[in-house]
Formats: sequence, structure tokens, C-alpha cells
Amino acid sequence: MTKPRTLYQKIWDDHVVHQRDDGTALIWIDRHLIHEVTTPQAFEALRLAGRAVRRPDLTLAVPDHNVPTNHRFEPIADPESAAQVAALAANCADFGIEHIEINAAAQGIVHVIGPEQGFTLPGVTLVCGDSHTATHGAFGALAFGIGTSEVEHVFATQTLLLKQSASMEVRVTGELGFGVTPKDVALAICGQIGTGGGTGHVIEYTGPVIEAMSMEGRMTLCNMAIEAGARAGLVAPDAKTYAYVAGRPRAPKGADMDAALAYWATLKTDPGARYDRVVIIDGSAIAPLVSWGTSPEDVVAITGNVPAPADFADPSKAAAAARALDYMGLVPGTAMADVEVQNIFIGSCTNSRIEDLRAAAAVVAGRKVAANVKQALVVPGSGLVKAQAEAEGLDRIFIDAGFDWRAPGCSMCLGMNPDKVPAGERCASTSNRNFVGRQGPGARTHLLSPAMAAAAAVTGRLTDVRDLMR
Amino acid sequence: MQAFTTLTGIAVPFGAENVDTDVIIPARFLKTVTRKGLGKGAFAVLREDPDNIFDAPRHRQAPILIAGDNFGCGSSREHAPWALADLGFKVVIAPSFADIFSGNAFKNGMLLVALPQDQIDRLMEVAATDDITIDLENQVVTTPFQDRFSFEIDPFRKSCLIGGVDEIGLTEAQGAAIASFEDRLAADKPWIGGAAKRAA
Ligand code: SF4
Repeated sequence: MTKPRTLYQKIWDDHVVHQRDDGTALIWIDRHLIHEVTTPQAFEALRLAGRAVRRPDLTLAVPDHNVPTNHRFEPIADPESAAQVAALAANCADFGIEHIEINAAAQGIVHVIGPEQGFTLPGVTLVCGDSHTATHGAFGALAFGIGTSEVEHVFATQTLLLKQSASMEVRVTGELGFGVTPKDVALAICGQIGTGGGTGHVIEYTGPVIEAMSMEGRMTLCNMAIEAGARAGLVAPDAKTYAYVAGRPRAPKGADMDAALAYWATLKTDPGARYDRVVIIDGSAIAPLVSWGTSPEDVVAITGNVPAPADFADPSKAAAAARALDYMGLVPGTAMADVEVQNIFIGSCTNSRIEDLRAAAAVVAGRKVAANVKQALVVPGSGLVKAQAEAEGLDRIFIDAGFDWRAPGCSMCLGMNPDKVPAGERCASTSNRNFVGRQGPGARTHLLSPAMAAAAAVTGRLTDVRDLMR
Repeated sequence: MQAFTTLTGIAVPFGAENVDTDVIIPARFLKTVTRKGLGKGAFAVLREDPDNIFDAPRHRQAPILIAGDNFGCGSSREHAPWALADLGFKVVIAPSFADIFSGNAFKNGMLLVALPQDQIDRLMEVAATDDITIDLENQVVTTPFQDRFSFEIDPFRKSCLIGGVDEIGLTEAQGAAIASFEDRLAADKPWIGGAAKRAA
């Protein structure tokens, strides 16, 4: 009998091109997604070395990070953003790579369009020059972010030289409570294991909460594996995964699909396989969460208060908390639900899929954006999500309430395009990073779920969405 | 990749923990199509303070940075090591580094040295006045005061840093193995190939 293996181990073993004596292995890459920010230097280097892209048929390009989310059919005003977007188009044409143009119906955030197009599949190795590539792990794909030199390496060889990571099981037990979403689970995990907690590991999420989760929810969860320090997050593929993939434009069809399904069914972690580390989280105990600080581990239940530096036993953590509170302009002991917000951002690769927009719209319906909120954006993750939402009338709900309904892109998640949070103002944001200056210089980010962001929009302060849902 | 053996120089005793890539280089500086010139955006927010540690006259073009735990967490942007390199850094010493950053730094010939916090504290103290030496061959950090701290490094990375190897060239030497993998893939998993349309 062969040794029981984890899902991660099986995908790894199936992709080893060459095992080296020093413990590293040359790993085959099945899927390469690219965008405009982390590729120009890689293309430049290919040109200098006279190298070609080995497998354009495994490579798909889309501009997302700096595309404007309004006035889309006019030229991009910012010359540097315009140059990057133009460079992507030109490089793809030169190297024979399929490029989803900025105004194509299928354009969107790279981590939204991969699954949507059926480009992301169970059991593949998938990389992208972006840390949130972990998102695709929701399909049982080994998906991780790479730097530009690695992008160049994949272009030239369709492989990467890697060392296997340790494995970590994060088992979420019980059942999520009323008003608690996958985003809250993701934040709870960051809070429990810390932003360095998964360093050197690939996480596999297991347990009844994950099994019950939709594909959208699993994507939200895996998206934030990187925020817990892990290179990748994985969920074993199951009937939901297959149903999501089937019929997508680039998904296998006919006999290929049958063969793929048979292979995917073998990927599940074997009974008795050992993980290097196991973390158990009581899903029933998770409340809707908000972040108070400048790291995704700085989270507290919406019913809780802003912590004090003295609450942290570790002196360096206490010092970091003091700095974060100062940046965030928060006073210890303040009820989180008393914190006013001026900006709302519903979007990003974490929470911009149809299910996210439905959850937010359900809270917004029949209500208005509060008077103190200056900017409330809904940025669908892709053109297809946008069209679906419009077909369901969600756009009307948002627009009638006073939201701005935008075109797809990364937008205010990182403020490379004109969508920014002004210095000193707060933003209730469904994105994944509350780093200093992430949403614009001096911007103060509170991470939360789409339903919670919608609740904050209509009350003008951080709000327990459960109070609006009853 | 530039070769690295031994380096003695001024170290910037920065010391902060969980320094994320948005701190190292904010997103607004990423709109570039080349690797050069990113130093102007390095630590941009911290450097708004005229008394910041990086622009202190003693630290201009210093080759060594000393930081706290989990350095380089956050995004995969290789602009982070490019920006650090453009500021003059060739070595970063910290208790630990985020995974993707660590790969990116290595690919740009930047040495990351992980040492326990108490040794970092000692180096921070020395760095205020004296040079620090990093000897990659012998895997040791030394000071003029007889401090001698050994560090671990992946043997492959070490040999690449010392030899200044072109990693893509190394992989291309495995061309036959890659080609036979591709053949097996086409036979065993026919649904993998042809996922994207080849542009004209
Ligand atoms: S939405 Fe935000 S986190 Fe996601 S890929 Fe874009 S910038 Fe990165």
C-alpha cells in the first residue's frame, strides 16, 4: 500500500519534472495568469535574452490593477497607467498570448476571471504575479503568487524551481451563525494564527463549514490564505466544484471532461495522511468581524471594542498596536459599532463575485447610503459578474440607494487607479489588506464582509449587520 | 544575477516588525515598466518624515538593512527588492522573512539573513556606530567587537548567490525532461493544453 497523501502532496507529485538532490524540484505549471503590473519587466527580460513564451496556450492575460472603473471608453487619463495597460496589450501581441482587452465583456480582476472562464481547474498548478493567486486554491488547484523573475521563468520554461512547503490543515468545525460569512471565517483565521502563522506552509481548509461553503465563499477564504502568511490555500474539489467548472468557456468538454472528473476524484486527501500542523477553529463561535488596525490579524467582533496596547502581552505587539491605533485614529475602549466611516468599497478579488453583490444588495434594498458617507463604490469583479448583477436588478438597488456602480477592476483595493480613500478618512472595505496607505496615502481601512460593508453604508458607521437583517 | 561573497558596510538599524510590501514600496510607484529608479518610492510613507532613518546622512546608500520579524509580508511585487536595491541595500537581516519576498529578493541577488531576535538586537546596537560584515561563504555575520553569528541558508540559493547563476539558463538545461513531461501531459491530461487561444 502506498503512503496516504494530502491533496497538496498529490498535486505536487503530479507536477515534478525533475527532482534535484538539494531538495528543490522543477515543477510544471499548468496555468499562468498575467496582468499589467508585474509583467512588463519580465517581457523586457525575455526580449533581451531572445527567449520566447514556451506555452502561450497555457497563458491568459487581462488588465485589472490600474484600469479606471468609470469613463471606460475614454483613454486612460493617468499616463503611467495608460502605458502599463498598453504595454500588456503590445507584449501579448508580440509573444502570442491571448489578452482579454480592457473593454471586453469578460475583462475583470485576474482572480475572478480565471475561475469564471474555466481556466482555473482542480488539480492544476496555477501561478500569477500577484499574491492573491491563492484564491484559485478554492478549486483544489495549487495556486500561488510569484514575483516578476518567476513570471519570466514560467514564460520561458513553463516550470518553476520550488521547494515543497510544509502542510497545514485548518479545520473549521461547527456551523456558521446567522449573518456570519466566509469573509468572517477568513478574518477569524488571520486573527487566530496571525499574519505570519502560515509562513512556509500550504493550508488545506477542511471541516463542515468549508464543505457547506459555496465556491464563491471558498474563493474568499483561499484568497486570504496569503494574509495568514501561507503561500497557498486549498479546498478539496467536490460536487460543487465540478458543477461550477462544467460548461465554462475553457473548461474540458465531452470525453476530456469525463477523464478530468475521474482524475479530480482521486485528489482528495487520503484518510490517515498527516499534515505538518493542524489548527482547529470553532466556526460556530465566529461573529461578524471588523479590523481595527493595520494588519489583517487585527480583528475584533463588531460587538467588541477597540483594544488597548496594554491588552497585548508581547511588548512588540503592544508597540505595533499603539502605532496602528495612532494611524487609524482610534481610541482604545471605543465600541467598534460607534466608529463612523466616510467611504465604502464593495469589490476586490476577495469579495466582488455575484454572491457578494447579492449579499450586499439584500442589506441595501429599500435603504439609503447615510449622509456622512462621501463615497460608496460597488465594483463588480468582472464584466460577466456586472452583467449578471444587472440582469438581477442589483445595480438598481445600489444606484437607488446612492452607491456608485462601476466597471470591473482592482479599484480601491489598492488605489493604483483614481479610486482612492482620502487621507485621514475611513473606509469600510471588502478587500483583503488594511496596510498603512493601501487604499491611498493616509487612508484608514476597516476590513469586513460585503453584508457588513452594506450595513456600514446605510448607517454611516461600522454596524452589526445582524441588527439590519432581523 | 550579481555574485555575492562577503560584504562589510554600514547597516541601517530599522528594526520594525511585519514590514509589508506596501510599506517598502506603495502601489502608486508600481506603474513602471522597468526595474530601475524605484528607490524614490522605497519606504515613501516613512520618508515623508524629514528625520527618517533612511535619509539620515550616515545611512545614504548603506548596503545592509536590519529589520524585525516577518519582513516583506503582503504582496508578490518584485518591486520591493528592486526598490531596496535601488536604495543601495544588498543584504537584509531580520528574524524572519515572508515567503514570496524571500524568493524575489534571492532572484535579484539580494541576501536575506535570518537571525534570532537577541542577535538582531545586538546588531542594531552595533550598527549605530560601526560596520557589520556578512560572510556568505562561511555563513556568518560579524562585528568589530568579536560578535560572530552563524546563519542558515539554502545550499542552492547559496551557490547561486556566490556563482551569480542565471536560473532560467539552468532550467533550460533540463529541456529534455521538460519536453518529455509535456508529452506525458498531453497524453494523460489532454484537457490541460490549449486553454487559451494563441493570439495571431
Ligand atoms: S483586487 Fe486587490 S488584492 Fe485582488 S488582485 Fe487586485 S489589487 Fe490585488
